[in-house]
Amino acid sequence: MRALAGALRSGLLLRAVGKSFARLAVGYSLSLALGVALGVGLARARWVKDTLGPVVLGLQAIPSVCWLPLALLWFGLGEAAIQMVIVLGSLLSIALATESAVNTIPPLMVRAARTMGARGATLWLRVILPAAFPGIVSGARLGWTFAWRSLLAGELLFLSGGLGQVLEMGRELHDMALVIGVMVVIVALGLASERLLFARLEARVRQQWGLDRA
Amino acid sequence: MIALAGVAKRWPGGGEAGAASAGLSAVDLRVGAGEFVCLCGPSGCGKTTLLNLIAGLEFPTEGEVLVGGQRVRGPGPDRTVMFQESALFPWLSVAANVAFPLEVAGVGGGERAARVERYLRMVHLWGFRDRQPHTLSGGMRQRVALARALVAEPQILLMDEPFAALDAQTRDVLHAELERVWLETKKTVIFVTHNVREAARLGDRVVIMGTRPGRIKRVLDSKLARPRAINHRDVTEVASAIEDELKIEIEKVIRDEGDSAWSPSGRPVSAGADGGLGDGI
Repeated sequence: MRALAGALRSGLLLRAVGKSFARLAVGYSLSLALGVALGVGLARARWVKDTLGPVVLGLQAIPSVCWLPLALLWFGLGEAAIQMVIVLGSLLSIALATESAVNTIPPLMVRAARTMGARGATLWLRVILPAAFPGIVSGARLGWTFAWRSLLAGELLFLSGGLGQVLEMGRELHDMALVIGVMVVIVALGLASERLLFARLEARVRQQWGLDRA
Repeated sequence: MIALAGVAKRWPGGGEAGAASAGLSAVDLRVGAGEFVCLCGPSGCGKTTLLNLIAGLEFPTEGEVLVGGQRVRGPGPDRTVMFQESALFPWLSVAANVAFPLEVAGVGGGERAARVERYLRMVHLWGFRDRQPHTLSGGMRQRVALARALVAEPQILLMDEPFAALDAQTRDVLHAELERVWLETKKTVIFVTHNVREAARLGDRVVIMGTRPGRIKRVLDSKLARPRAINHRDVTEVASAIEDELKIEIEKVIRDEGDSAWSPSGRPVSAGADGGLGDGI
Protein backbone atom coordinates (compact mmCIF):
# COMPACT_ATOMS: atom_id res chain seq x y z
CA MET A 1 0.00 0.00 0.00
CA ARG A 2 2.78 2.33 0.92
CA ALA A 3 4.58 1.52 -2.28
CA LEU A 4 1.44 2.30 -4.20
CA ALA A 5 1.04 5.62 -2.41
CA GLY A 6 4.70 6.43 -3.01
CA ALA A 7 4.48 5.63 -6.67
CA LEU A 8 1.35 7.64 -6.96
CA ARG A 9 2.96 10.62 -5.23
CA SER A 10 6.00 10.60 -7.40
CA GLY A 11 3.71 10.76 -10.39
CA LEU A 12 5.35 7.67 -11.80
CA LEU A 13 2.22 5.60 -11.71
CA LEU A 14 -0.05 8.23 -13.15
CA ARG A 15 2.29 8.93 -15.99
CA ALA A 16 2.62 5.22 -16.65
CA VAL A 17 -1.14 4.73 -16.70
CA GLY A 18 -1.56 7.71 -19.01
CA LYS A 19 1.08 6.43 -21.34
CA SER A 20 -0.38 2.93 -21.42
CA PHE A 21 -3.88 4.17 -22.10
CA ALA A 22 -2.77 6.45 -24.89
CA ARG A 23 -1.05 3.53 -26.52
CA LEU A 24 -4.06 1.31 -25.99
CA ALA A 25 -6.38 3.90 -27.48
CA VAL A 26 -4.39 4.01 -30.70
CA GLY A 27 -3.96 0.27 -31.03
CA TYR A 28 -7.50 -0.56 -30.04
CA SER A 29 -9.15 1.94 -32.38
CA LEU A 30 -7.03 0.62 -35.20
CA SER A 31 -7.95 -2.97 -34.49
CA LEU A 32 -11.61 -2.08 -34.01
CA ALA A 33 -11.77 -0.41 -37.41
CA LEU A 34 -9.83 -3.18 -39.15
CA GLY A 35 -11.64 -5.91 -37.25
CA VAL A 36 -15.14 -4.71 -38.13
CA ALA A 37 -14.14 -4.24 -41.76
CA LEU A 38 -12.58 -7.69 -41.89
CA GLY A 39 -15.58 -9.24 -40.18
CA VAL A 40 -17.99 -7.64 -42.64
CA GLY A 41 -15.82 -8.89 -45.49
CA LEU A 42 -15.79 -12.41 -44.08
CA ALA A 43 -19.54 -12.39 -43.74
CA ARG A 44 -20.46 -10.97 -47.10
CA ALA A 45 -17.76 -11.43 -49.70
CA ARG A 46 -17.19 -14.97 -50.80
CA TRP A 47 -13.61 -14.41 -51.89
CA VAL A 48 -12.66 -12.86 -48.55
CA LYS A 49 -14.12 -15.83 -46.73
CA ASP A 50 -12.32 -18.27 -49.01
CA THR A 51 -8.95 -16.60 -48.80
CA LEU A 52 -8.78 -15.12 -45.32
CA GLY A 53 -11.26 -17.30 -43.42
CA PRO A 54 -8.90 -20.19 -42.62
CA VAL A 55 -6.05 -17.76 -41.96
CA VAL A 56 -8.09 -15.86 -39.39
CA LEU A 57 -9.16 -19.04 -37.64
CA GLY A 58 -5.62 -20.37 -37.64
CA LEU A 59 -4.02 -17.18 -36.37
CA GLN A 60 -6.47 -17.10 -33.51
CA ALA A 61 -4.59 -20.02 -32.01
CA ILE A 62 -1.55 -17.79 -31.48
CA PRO A 63 -1.45 -16.02 -28.11
CA SER A 64 -0.71 -12.38 -28.65
CA VAL A 65 2.62 -12.49 -26.81
CA CYS A 66 3.90 -14.87 -29.44
CA TRP A 67 3.69 -12.06 -31.97
CA LEU A 68 6.32 -10.12 -30.04
CA PRO A 69 9.44 -11.73 -31.48
CA LEU A 70 8.15 -11.17 -35.00
CA ALA A 71 7.07 -7.64 -34.19
CA LEU A 72 10.50 -6.85 -32.74
CA LEU A 73 12.30 -8.19 -35.77
CA TRP A 74 10.02 -6.28 -38.04
CA PHE A 75 9.70 -2.93 -36.37
CA GLY A 76 12.58 -2.95 -33.91
CA LEU A 77 12.29 -2.19 -30.24
CA GLY A 78 9.75 0.58 -30.36
CA GLU A 79 6.24 1.88 -30.39
CA ALA A 80 5.25 0.16 -33.63
CA ALA A 81 6.08 -3.27 -32.24
CA ILE A 82 3.76 -2.81 -29.27
CA GLN A 83 1.00 -1.47 -31.49
CA MET A 84 1.35 -4.47 -33.73
CA VAL A 85 0.96 -6.82 -30.78
CA ILE A 86 -2.13 -4.95 -29.57
CA VAL A 87 -3.75 -4.97 -32.97
CA LEU A 88 -3.02 -8.60 -33.67
CA GLY A 89 -4.09 -9.58 -30.19
CA SER A 90 -7.57 -8.12 -30.49
CA LEU A 91 -8.27 -7.85 -34.22
CA LEU A 92 -9.21 -11.45 -34.83
CA SER A 93 -11.73 -11.82 -32.05
CA ILE A 94 -13.43 -8.59 -33.15
CA ALA A 95 -13.48 -9.78 -36.75
CA LEU A 96 -14.98 -13.15 -35.87
CA ALA A 97 -17.62 -11.60 -33.63
CA THR A 98 -18.54 -9.13 -36.37
CA GLU A 99 -18.76 -11.91 -38.91
CA SER A 100 -21.16 -13.94 -36.82
CA ALA A 101 -23.17 -10.84 -35.92
CA VAL A 102 -23.65 -9.96 -39.58
CA ASN A 103 -24.43 -13.55 -40.49
CA THR A 104 -27.13 -13.89 -37.87
CA ILE A 105 -29.18 -10.79 -38.57
CA PRO A 106 -32.70 -11.74 -39.66
CA PRO A 107 -32.81 -12.05 -43.47
CA LEU A 108 -36.30 -10.59 -43.38
CA MET A 109 -34.91 -7.29 -42.15
CA VAL A 110 -32.66 -7.04 -45.17
CA ARG A 111 -35.50 -7.98 -47.51
CA ALA A 112 -37.75 -5.39 -45.95
CA ALA A 113 -35.05 -2.76 -46.32
CA ARG A 114 -34.56 -3.68 -49.96
CA THR A 115 -38.25 -3.34 -50.73
CA MET A 116 -38.07 0.13 -49.22
CA GLY A 117 -35.39 1.02 -51.71
CA ALA A 118 -32.28 0.66 -49.55
CA ARG A 119 -29.28 -0.50 -51.54
CA GLY A 120 -25.51 -0.58 -51.38
CA ALA A 121 -23.95 1.74 -48.84
CA THR A 122 -27.32 2.83 -47.45
CA LEU A 123 -28.29 -0.77 -46.84
CA TRP A 124 -25.01 -1.42 -45.07
CA LEU A 125 -24.77 1.70 -42.98
CA ARG A 126 -28.42 2.11 -42.09
CA VAL A 127 -29.59 -1.46 -41.78
CA ILE A 128 -27.01 -4.24 -41.69
CA LEU A 129 -24.49 -2.63 -39.37
CA PRO A 130 -27.11 -1.33 -36.90
CA ALA A 131 -28.78 -4.74 -36.93
CA ALA A 132 -25.46 -6.40 -36.18
CA PHE A 133 -24.45 -3.77 -33.65
CA PRO A 134 -25.23 -5.69 -30.43
CA GLY A 135 -23.03 -8.54 -31.63
CA ILE A 136 -20.29 -6.15 -32.66
CA VAL A 137 -20.34 -4.54 -29.22
CA SER A 138 -19.85 -7.94 -27.59
CA GLY A 139 -16.91 -8.55 -29.90
CA ALA A 140 -15.48 -5.14 -29.11
CA ARG A 141 -15.73 -5.90 -25.40
CA LEU A 142 -13.84 -9.14 -25.87
CA GLY A 143 -11.31 -7.39 -28.08
CA TRP A 144 -10.72 -4.78 -25.41
CA THR A 145 -9.60 -7.32 -22.83
CA PHE A 146 -7.34 -8.96 -25.39
CA ALA A 147 -5.87 -5.60 -26.34
CA TRP A 148 -5.27 -4.74 -22.69
CA ARG A 149 -3.41 -7.99 -22.05
CA SER A 150 -1.35 -7.67 -25.19
CA LEU A 151 -0.42 -4.13 -24.27
CA LEU A 152 1.01 -5.12 -20.91
CA ALA A 153 2.89 -8.03 -22.37
CA GLY A 154 4.39 -5.73 -24.94
CA GLU A 155 5.32 -3.08 -22.43
CA LEU A 156 7.21 -5.46 -20.20
CA LEU A 157 9.95 -5.65 -22.74
CA PHE A 158 11.62 -2.29 -22.85
CA LEU A 159 11.67 1.33 -21.75
CA SER A 160 8.13 1.90 -22.82
CA GLY A 161 7.17 4.28 -20.05
CA GLY A 162 3.95 2.37 -19.50
CA LEU A 163 2.53 0.24 -16.72
CA GLY A 164 4.29 -2.85 -17.97
CA GLN A 165 7.61 -1.15 -17.58
CA VAL A 166 6.87 -0.13 -14.02
CA LEU A 167 6.10 -3.76 -13.33
CA GLU A 168 9.39 -4.84 -14.84
CA MET A 169 11.22 -2.14 -12.89
CA GLY A 170 9.74 -3.50 -9.68
CA ARG A 171 11.12 -6.91 -10.57
CA GLU A 172 14.58 -5.54 -11.23
CA LEU A 173 14.62 -3.65 -7.94
CA HIS A 174 13.28 -6.68 -6.06
CA ASP A 175 10.48 -4.41 -4.96
CA MET A 176 7.72 -6.90 -4.29
CA ALA A 177 5.39 -4.20 -3.00
CA LEU A 178 5.63 -2.25 -6.23
CA VAL A 179 5.05 -5.36 -8.34
CA ILE A 180 1.93 -6.28 -6.43
CA GLY A 181 0.84 -2.67 -6.36
CA VAL A 182 1.00 -2.43 -10.13
CA MET A 183 -0.89 -5.68 -10.48
CA VAL A 184 -3.61 -4.30 -8.26
CA VAL A 185 -3.76 -1.22 -10.47
CA ILE A 186 -4.05 -3.42 -13.56
CA VAL A 187 -6.94 -5.34 -12.04
CA ALA A 188 -8.63 -2.11 -10.98
CA LEU A 189 -8.31 -0.53 -14.42
CA GLY A 190 -9.46 -3.69 -16.14
CA LEU A 191 -12.50 -3.93 -13.91
CA ALA A 192 -13.28 -0.25 -14.24
CA SER A 193 -13.19 -0.22 -18.02
CA GLU A 194 -15.25 -3.38 -18.14
CA ARG A 195 -17.89 -2.27 -15.65
CA LEU A 196 -18.09 1.42 -16.41
CA LEU A 197 -17.70 1.34 -20.13
CA PHE A 198 -18.52 -1.92 -21.82
CA ALA A 199 -21.06 -3.45 -19.47
CA ARG A 200 -23.06 -0.24 -19.57
CA LEU A 201 -22.76 0.18 -23.30
CA GLU A 202 -23.81 -3.41 -23.88
CA ALA A 203 -26.74 -3.18 -21.49
CA ARG A 204 -27.92 0.03 -23.12
CA VAL A 205 -27.67 -1.41 -26.58
CA ARG A 206 -29.44 -4.61 -25.61
CA GLN A 207 -32.19 -2.63 -24.01
CA GLN A 208 -32.69 -0.33 -26.98
CA TRP A 209 -32.59 -3.20 -29.44
CA GLY A 210 -35.21 -5.00 -27.37
CA LEU A 211 -33.06 -8.06 -26.70
CA ASP A 212 -33.59 -8.11 -22.98
CA ARG A 213 -37.13 -9.34 -22.82
CA ALA A 214 -37.92 -12.91 -21.81
CA MET B 1 -51.39 -2.25 -63.66
CA ILE B 2 -49.84 -5.62 -62.86
CA ALA B 3 -49.62 -8.31 -65.51
CA LEU B 4 -48.05 -11.74 -65.30
CA ALA B 5 -47.76 -13.69 -68.50
CA GLY B 6 -46.70 -17.34 -68.65
CA VAL B 7 -44.69 -16.98 -65.49
CA ALA B 8 -42.82 -20.01 -64.18
CA LYS B 9 -40.34 -20.22 -61.37
CA ARG B 10 -38.12 -23.20 -60.76
CA TRP B 11 -35.56 -23.59 -58.04
CA PRO B 12 -32.16 -24.84 -59.05
CA GLY B 13 -31.27 -28.34 -57.83
CA GLY B 14 -34.56 -28.97 -56.08
CA GLY B 15 -34.80 -32.73 -56.24
CA GLU B 16 -35.54 -35.24 -59.00
CA ALA B 17 -38.04 -34.83 -61.80
CA GLY B 18 -38.80 -31.30 -60.78
CA ALA B 19 -41.05 -32.51 -57.98
CA ALA B 20 -40.09 -30.05 -55.29
CA SER B 21 -38.27 -27.69 -57.60
CA ALA B 22 -41.28 -26.43 -59.54
CA GLY B 23 -42.28 -23.36 -57.61
CA LEU B 24 -44.76 -21.96 -60.10
CA SER B 25 -45.81 -22.85 -63.59
CA ALA B 26 -47.76 -21.09 -66.31
CA VAL B 27 -49.19 -18.32 -64.23
CA ASP B 28 -51.23 -15.65 -66.00
CA LEU B 29 -52.73 -12.92 -63.92
CA ARG B 30 -53.84 -9.35 -64.43
CA VAL B 31 -54.58 -6.99 -61.62
CA GLY B 32 -56.14 -3.62 -62.31
CA ALA B 33 -55.38 -0.35 -60.52
CA GLY B 34 -57.14 -0.02 -57.19
CA GLU B 35 -58.11 -3.67 -57.03
CA PHE B 36 -57.90 -5.75 -53.88
CA VAL B 37 -56.79 -9.22 -54.85
CA CYS B 38 -56.23 -12.08 -52.43
CA LEU B 39 -53.95 -15.00 -53.25
CA CYS B 40 -55.19 -18.01 -51.37
CA GLY B 41 -53.83 -21.53 -51.28
CA PRO B 42 -52.25 -24.29 -49.22
CA SER B 43 -48.63 -24.16 -48.16
CA GLY B 44 -46.24 -24.80 -51.00
CA CYS B 45 -48.50 -23.42 -53.73
CA GLY B 46 -46.09 -20.61 -54.44
CA LYS B 47 -48.26 -17.71 -53.36
CA THR B 48 -45.40 -16.03 -51.52
CA THR B 49 -43.13 -16.67 -54.49
CA LEU B 50 -45.67 -15.00 -56.73
CA LEU B 51 -45.71 -11.99 -54.44
CA ASN B 52 -41.91 -11.86 -54.37
CA LEU B 53 -41.83 -11.90 -58.16
CA ILE B 54 -44.07 -8.86 -58.26
CA ALA B 55 -42.02 -7.24 -55.49
CA GLY B 56 -38.85 -7.80 -57.49
CA LEU B 57 -37.20 -9.80 -54.72
CA GLU B 58 -37.08 -12.82 -57.00
CA PHE B 59 -37.13 -13.26 -60.76
CA PRO B 60 -39.13 -15.66 -62.94
CA THR B 61 -37.46 -18.53 -64.78
CA GLU B 62 -39.91 -18.10 -67.65
CA GLY B 63 -42.40 -15.50 -68.70
CA GLU B 64 -42.50 -11.93 -67.56
CA VAL B 65 -43.84 -9.79 -64.77
CA LEU B 66 -44.96 -6.33 -65.78
CA VAL B 67 -45.91 -3.55 -63.43
CA GLY B 68 -47.34 -0.46 -65.09
CA GLY B 69 -46.13 -1.79 -68.43
CA GLN B 70 -42.54 -2.05 -67.21
CA ARG B 71 -40.69 -5.29 -66.64
CA VAL B 72 -39.84 -5.78 -62.97
CA ARG B 73 -36.08 -5.62 -62.47
CA GLY B 74 -35.91 -5.25 -58.73
CA PRO B 75 -37.67 -3.69 -55.77
CA GLY B 76 -39.08 -0.28 -56.58
CA PRO B 77 -40.67 2.69 -54.87
CA ASP B 78 -44.01 1.99 -56.60
CA ARG B 79 -44.41 -1.29 -54.66
CA THR B 80 -43.96 -1.93 -50.97
CA VAL B 81 -44.17 -5.20 -49.13
CA MET B 82 -45.56 -6.06 -45.73
CA PHE B 83 -44.50 -9.35 -44.20
CA GLN B 84 -45.90 -11.74 -41.62
CA GLU B 85 -43.48 -10.29 -39.13
CA SER B 86 -43.35 -6.54 -38.92
CA ALA B 87 -39.62 -6.44 -39.78
CA LEU B 88 -39.38 -3.09 -38.02
CA PHE B 89 -35.89 -1.96 -37.13
CA PRO B 90 -35.53 -2.44 -33.38
CA TRP B 91 -32.92 0.29 -32.97
CA LEU B 92 -35.23 2.99 -34.32
CA SER B 93 -38.26 4.55 -32.69
CA VAL B 94 -41.70 4.06 -34.23
CA ALA B 95 -41.54 7.43 -35.99
CA ALA B 96 -38.00 6.81 -37.25
CA ASN B 97 -39.07 3.44 -38.60
CA VAL B 98 -41.91 5.02 -40.53
CA ALA B 99 -39.57 7.76 -41.75
CA PHE B 100 -37.04 5.25 -43.06
CA PRO B 101 -38.40 4.76 -46.60
CA LEU B 102 -38.63 8.54 -47.03
CA GLU B 103 -35.08 8.94 -45.84
CA VAL B 104 -33.88 6.38 -48.36
CA ALA B 105 -35.85 8.12 -51.07
CA GLY B 106 -34.31 11.45 -50.13
CA VAL B 107 -37.51 13.10 -48.90
CA GLY B 108 -36.46 15.48 -46.18
CA GLY B 109 -37.44 18.11 -43.68
CA GLY B 110 -41.01 19.23 -43.26
CA GLU B 111 -42.39 16.99 -45.97
CA ARG B 112 -40.97 13.92 -44.25
CA ALA B 113 -42.29 14.93 -40.83
CA ALA B 114 -45.72 15.72 -42.23
CA ARG B 115 -46.08 12.40 -43.99
CA VAL B 116 -44.87 10.41 -41.01
CA GLU B 117 -47.47 12.16 -38.90
CA ARG B 118 -50.21 11.65 -41.47
CA TYR B 119 -49.70 7.90 -41.79
CA LEU B 120 -49.06 7.29 -38.11
CA ARG B 121 -52.36 9.06 -37.43
CA MET B 122 -54.01 6.93 -40.08
CA VAL B 123 -53.13 3.80 -38.10
CA HIS B 124 -53.90 5.56 -34.79
CA LEU B 125 -50.37 5.29 -33.45
CA TRP B 126 -49.25 8.91 -33.43
CA GLY B 127 -49.28 8.83 -29.63
CA PHE B 128 -46.73 6.03 -29.69
CA ARG B 129 -44.28 7.69 -32.06
CA ASP B 130 -41.37 7.81 -29.60
CA ARG B 131 -41.65 4.22 -28.42
CA GLN B 132 -39.30 1.44 -29.44
CA PRO B 133 -40.95 -1.29 -31.52
CA HIS B 134 -40.31 -4.04 -28.95
CA THR B 135 -42.45 -2.21 -26.40
CA LEU B 136 -45.51 -2.55 -28.65
CA SER B 137 -47.90 -5.48 -29.09
CA GLY B 138 -47.86 -7.60 -32.23
CA GLY B 139 -50.93 -5.91 -33.65
CA MET B 140 -49.48 -2.46 -33.04
CA ARG B 141 -46.23 -3.46 -34.69
CA GLN B 142 -48.14 -4.57 -37.78
CA ARG B 143 -49.93 -1.23 -37.85
CA VAL B 144 -46.57 0.53 -37.71
CA ALA B 145 -45.45 -1.70 -40.57
CA LEU B 146 -48.58 -0.70 -42.49
CA ALA B 147 -47.82 2.97 -41.95
CA ARG B 148 -44.26 2.37 -43.06
CA ALA B 149 -45.49 0.58 -46.19
CA LEU B 150 -47.80 3.47 -47.04
CA VAL B 151 -45.57 6.39 -46.22
CA ALA B 152 -43.67 6.43 -49.49
CA GLU B 153 -47.07 6.49 -51.20
CA PRO B 154 -46.62 3.52 -53.51
CA GLN B 155 -49.40 2.57 -55.90
CA ILE B 156 -49.14 -1.06 -54.99
CA LEU B 157 -49.19 -2.68 -51.60
CA LEU B 158 -48.00 -6.27 -51.44
CA MET B 159 -48.96 -8.12 -48.28
CA ASP B 160 -47.56 -11.52 -47.34
CA GLU B 161 -49.79 -13.01 -44.64
CA PRO B 162 -49.41 -9.85 -42.60
CA PHE B 163 -51.94 -10.83 -39.95
CA ALA B 164 -51.26 -14.56 -39.72
CA ALA B 165 -49.32 -14.32 -36.48
CA LEU B 166 -51.98 -12.31 -34.65
CA ASP B 167 -54.86 -13.49 -32.50
CA ALA B 168 -58.32 -13.54 -34.05
CA GLN B 169 -59.64 -10.42 -32.31
CA THR B 170 -56.64 -8.30 -33.26
CA ARG B 171 -56.89 -9.65 -36.76
CA ASP B 172 -60.54 -8.55 -37.03
CA VAL B 173 -59.58 -5.05 -35.99
CA LEU B 174 -56.76 -4.93 -38.49
CA HIS B 175 -58.99 -6.20 -41.29
CA ALA B 176 -61.28 -3.27 -40.65
CA GLU B 177 -58.31 -0.87 -40.49
CA LEU B 178 -56.87 -2.19 -43.71
CA GLU B 179 -60.23 -2.00 -45.46
CA ARG B 180 -60.65 1.59 -44.33
CA VAL B 181 -57.12 2.57 -45.32
CA TRP B 182 -57.60 0.92 -48.68
CA LEU B 183 -60.88 2.74 -49.31
CA GLU B 184 -59.15 5.99 -48.27
CA THR B 185 -55.98 5.61 -50.30
CA LYS B 186 -57.16 3.54 -53.29
CA LYS B 187 -54.05 1.44 -53.52
CA THR B 188 -53.78 -1.72 -55.53
CA VAL B 189 -53.44 -4.48 -52.95
CA ILE B 190 -52.23 -8.01 -53.40
CA PHE B 191 -52.80 -9.94 -50.23
CA VAL B 192 -51.39 -13.42 -49.66
CA THR B 193 -53.12 -15.62 -47.13
CA HIS B 194 -53.86 -19.26 -46.39
CA ASN B 195 -56.87 -18.17 -44.38
CA VAL B 196 -59.96 -18.69 -46.50
CA ARG B 197 -62.20 -16.40 -44.49
CA GLU B 198 -59.63 -13.66 -44.54
CA ALA B 199 -59.51 -13.90 -48.33
CA ALA B 200 -63.31 -13.70 -48.56
CA ARG B 201 -63.42 -10.88 -46.03
CA LEU B 202 -60.96 -8.67 -47.86
CA GLY B 203 -60.70 -9.45 -51.55
CA ASP B 204 -62.55 -8.13 -54.58
CA ARG B 205 -61.16 -11.14 -56.30
CA VAL B 206 -59.76 -14.28 -54.78
CA VAL B 207 -57.11 -16.14 -56.72
CA ILE B 208 -57.17 -19.76 -55.64
CA MET B 209 -53.89 -21.55 -56.11
CA GLY B 210 -52.99 -25.21 -56.30
CA THR B 211 -49.79 -27.13 -55.60
CA ARG B 212 -47.36 -29.41 -57.39
CA PRO B 213 -46.67 -27.42 -59.38
CA GLY B 214 -47.84 -24.12 -57.99
CA ARG B 215 -50.41 -22.67 -60.33
CA ILE B 216 -53.61 -20.67 -60.46
CA LYS B 217 -56.57 -22.97 -60.10
CA ARG B 218 -59.43 -20.60 -60.23
CA VAL B 219 -60.25 -16.95 -59.81
CA LEU B 220 -63.35 -16.10 -57.83
CA ASP B 221 -65.04 -12.72 -57.86
CA SER B 222 -66.21 -11.52 -54.52
CA LYS B 223 -67.86 -8.18 -55.05
CA LEU B 224 -69.59 -7.89 -51.73
CA ALA B 225 -70.50 -4.53 -50.23
CA ARG B 226 -68.03 -2.83 -47.92
CA PRO B 227 -67.33 -2.47 -45.11
CA ARG B 228 -67.64 -6.17 -44.51
CA ALA B 229 -67.56 -8.30 -41.40
CA ILE B 230 -65.79 -11.60 -41.07
CA ASN B 231 -68.84 -13.44 -39.79
CA HIS B 232 -71.27 -11.94 -42.28
CA ARG B 233 -73.27 -14.57 -44.14
CA ASP B 234 -72.17 -13.50 -47.61
CA VAL B 235 -68.54 -13.62 -46.55
CA THR B 236 -69.06 -17.06 -45.11
CA GLU B 237 -70.60 -18.27 -48.33
CA VAL B 238 -67.71 -17.04 -50.41
CA ALA B 239 -65.35 -18.59 -47.89
CA SER B 240 -66.97 -21.99 -48.16
CA ALA B 241 -66.84 -21.80 -51.93
CA ILE B 242 -63.11 -21.13 -51.72
CA GLU B 243 -62.74 -23.90 -49.22
CA ASP B 244 -64.35 -26.49 -51.45
CA GLU B 245 -62.08 -25.45 -54.24
CA LEU B 246 -59.05 -25.84 -52.01
CA LYS B 247 -59.99 -29.12 -50.38
CA ILE B 248 -58.37 -31.31 -53.00
CA GLU B 249 -55.20 -29.31 -52.91
CA ILE B 250 -54.94 -29.42 -49.16
CA GLU B 251 -55.46 -33.16 -49.15
CA LYS B 252 -52.64 -33.44 -51.64
CA VAL B 253 -50.36 -31.58 -49.27
CA ILE B 254 -51.42 -33.69 -46.32
CA ARG B 255 -50.73 -36.88 -48.23
CA ASP B 256 -47.27 -35.58 -49.10
CA GLU B 257 -46.41 -34.49 -45.62
CA GLY B 258 -47.66 -37.53 -43.74
CA ASP B 259 -46.85 -41.22 -44.18
CA SER B 260 -49.18 -43.67 -45.88
CA ALA B 261 -50.94 -44.55 -42.61
CA TRP B 262 -52.40 -41.06 -42.39
CA SER B 263 -55.50 -40.71 -44.50
CA PRO B 264 -56.92 -37.22 -44.62
CA SER B 265 -60.41 -36.68 -43.32
CA GLY B 266 -63.32 -37.98 -45.35
CA ARG B 267 -65.90 -35.79 -46.96
CA PRO B 268 -67.44 -33.36 -44.51
CA VAL B 269 -71.21 -33.09 -44.46
CA SER B 270 -71.27 -29.70 -46.12
CA ALA B 271 -69.20 -30.68 -49.10
CA GLY B 272 -71.99 -32.51 -50.90
CA ALA B 273 -75.04 -30.47 -50.07
CA ASP B 274 -73.95 -26.91 -50.69
CA GLY B 275 -70.55 -27.35 -52.25
CA GLY B 276 -71.45 -25.19 -55.19
CA LEU B 277 -72.76 -22.33 -53.14
CA GLY B 278 -71.33 -19.02 -54.12
CA ASP B 279 -69.91 -20.39 -57.38
CA GLY B 280 -71.82 -17.91 -59.42
CA ILE B 281 -71.32 -14.87 -57.26
